[in-house]
Amino acid sequence: MSVDLKTVAYERRLAVLEMVYRHKSGHIGGSMSCMDILASLYYRIMDVEKIKMWSPDRDRFVLSKGHCAEAYYSVLTGVGLLAVEELNTFTEFNTRLAEHPTYKIPGVEVATGALGHGVSLASGMAIGLKADQPNAHVYVLTGDGELAEGSVWEALISAAKYHLDNLTVIIDRNRLQISGNTEDVMPLDELSAKLSAFGMYCLEIDGHNYEAIEAALRLRVAGMPVALIANTIKGKGSSVMENIAAWHHQIPNEKEYLQIKRDLQCVLEEE
Amino acid sequence: MAMVSCRKAFTKKLLEQAKQNIKLYAVTTDSRGSVTLADFGKELPDRLIEFGIAEQNAVAAAAGLAKTGKNVFVSGPACFLAARAYEQIKVDVGYNKTNVKIIGVSAGVSYGPLGCTHTTMHDYAAMRALPNLRILAPSDDVQTAWLTEVLCDLEGPCYVRMGRGDVERIYEENEHFDLNKAKEVYKGNDAAIIACGEMVAPAVKAAELLRERGLQVRVLDCFSIKPLDEVSVLSALRETKAVVTVEEHSTLGGLGEAVAHVAVENGRCAPMKLMGLPEEVIIGKSKELFAHYGLTAEGIAKTLLGLLSYSISV
Repeated sequence: MSVDLKTVAYERRLAVLEMVYRHKSGHIGGSMSCMDILASLYYRIMDVEKIKMWSPDRDRFVLSKGHCAEAYYSVLTGVGLLAVEELNTFTEFNTRLAEHPTYKIPGVEVATGALGHGVSLASGMAIGLKADQPNAHVYVLTGDGELAEGSVWEALISAAKYHLDNLTVIIDRNRLQISGNTEDVMPLDELSAKLSAFGMYCLEIDGHNYEAIEAALRLRVAGMPVALIANTIKGKGSSVMENIAAWHHQIPNEKEYLQIKRDLQCVLEEE
Repeated sequence: MAMVSCRKAFTKKLLEQAKQNIKLYAVTTDSRGSVTLADFGKELPDRLIEFGIAEQNAVAAAAGLAKTGKNVFVSGPACFLAARAYEQIKVDVGYNKTNVKIIGVSAGVSYGPLGCTHTTMHDYAAMRALPNLRILAPSDDVQTAWLTEVLCDLEGPCYVRMGRGDVERIYEENEHFDLNKAKEVYKGNDAAIIACGEMVAPAVKAAELLRERGLQVRVLDCFSIKPLDEVSVLSALRETKAVVTVEEHSTLGGLGEAVAHVAVENGRCAPMKLMGLPEEVIIGKSKELFAHYGLTAEGIAKTLLGLLSYSISV
């Protein structure tokens, strides 16, 4: 019997809150915005058993927005790829769990954190898998602020050139980055048209609607890579943080921590 | 004497190996002409991945490709690969320990007439500070062919630097090399020349000139700049009276400083001179620039004699 995605996602959000609050580190806003996507990937789409066995035909996931590592770690513990106790070492001395994923963590394909690399890495994987693992699919999650990196667009045109229909690029479109609104920092308007012009099959979805996310992640278009613009809310789950740029990497104080915890628990208690 | 470019020796051997090994891939950045990969592209089109003029994407995608069990050779002009894609080499290749070989061709002042946008004075220095990366610079076509064959079976990241033009052959066919050992071209205890890449040929000639004057000069071909064969380097520092290093690179951060590092760390500061190039060179063909900056057999011999006279006088 499959688990309830909302329950999973909000339990994982609570784990993120604990990591960030206890260790005074992390990027909580983006971790909350991408959580429903991550939960869908690991609990609905990818075969985690194959990842555990590191099977050559496993699906691949690349967290291009590596700064949301705590969301990633909390999901990896949820599916049993990482021991829950290890979350206690987040950003501590000599840990594997840095604020950006290291390559030493079970289930992690590549270390990420320097923005603008993930789509290239994922497209290289997709080229390699097309040659000998036709059933494996590659998913990469990028931020929207990250799209100002030119290398992302280099990667997109090459993914289209090589007809990488085993690649899905997911954009966590929360519209906020460290300095403020993405449209003020570097406008991405007409993003869907831009992605389509670069050769993607582009779809825009509600990045907090589990049915929409799952359907979009299952979408395959012959000869074309898929780009999903997942419209999300930075800091999703608590009115303390939602849609406030400062929560890109703000650490909650005790009062904020307790309020965020209550907000997340309230969602869990909803029918 | 045979004259073949290292890049041609590399691509010939890579194609030969790739025909027998389906895990070998070539990645280019609109550089199949300059690297001489056209034959590879014709014979194994599915395994030559062309990313166009986009070095950052090419290197990161090569790392992704390598993550699926392939051994990926990314080739292009060193001036672009080692600068434009530096972060990708640092993170996706070095830090992630991916099975990627970065082949920087037409390095140093190969493109001298094209100006400083196209010279590569910094690659050894830049690559030395990155994690997990071997840095290699073969000196002739025989060594390049041997090295290419070794790299086709070697797991892990490497940066390999080659020039553009034809070079004089130094080694006999089937010469024996050891990846972890500098090649001693000449024995000798009066002085030593430690060189790499295409500076080994003038170093060898300098030793021959000095032999005519009765000096036995050791020549070490340090084709592996990192890891450096510290045992052979330290022996040269201990057993000879003066040491000259020669490289087609800035004297900052390259082979010379790597050798000086060994000297300092071991308390063996023999009279030593680092020969190389400034960070910005004047315009000229490589031969003209080597002559201008003293990177010739005569220039190396003269430098060594000066160093020896200093070492004798003190």
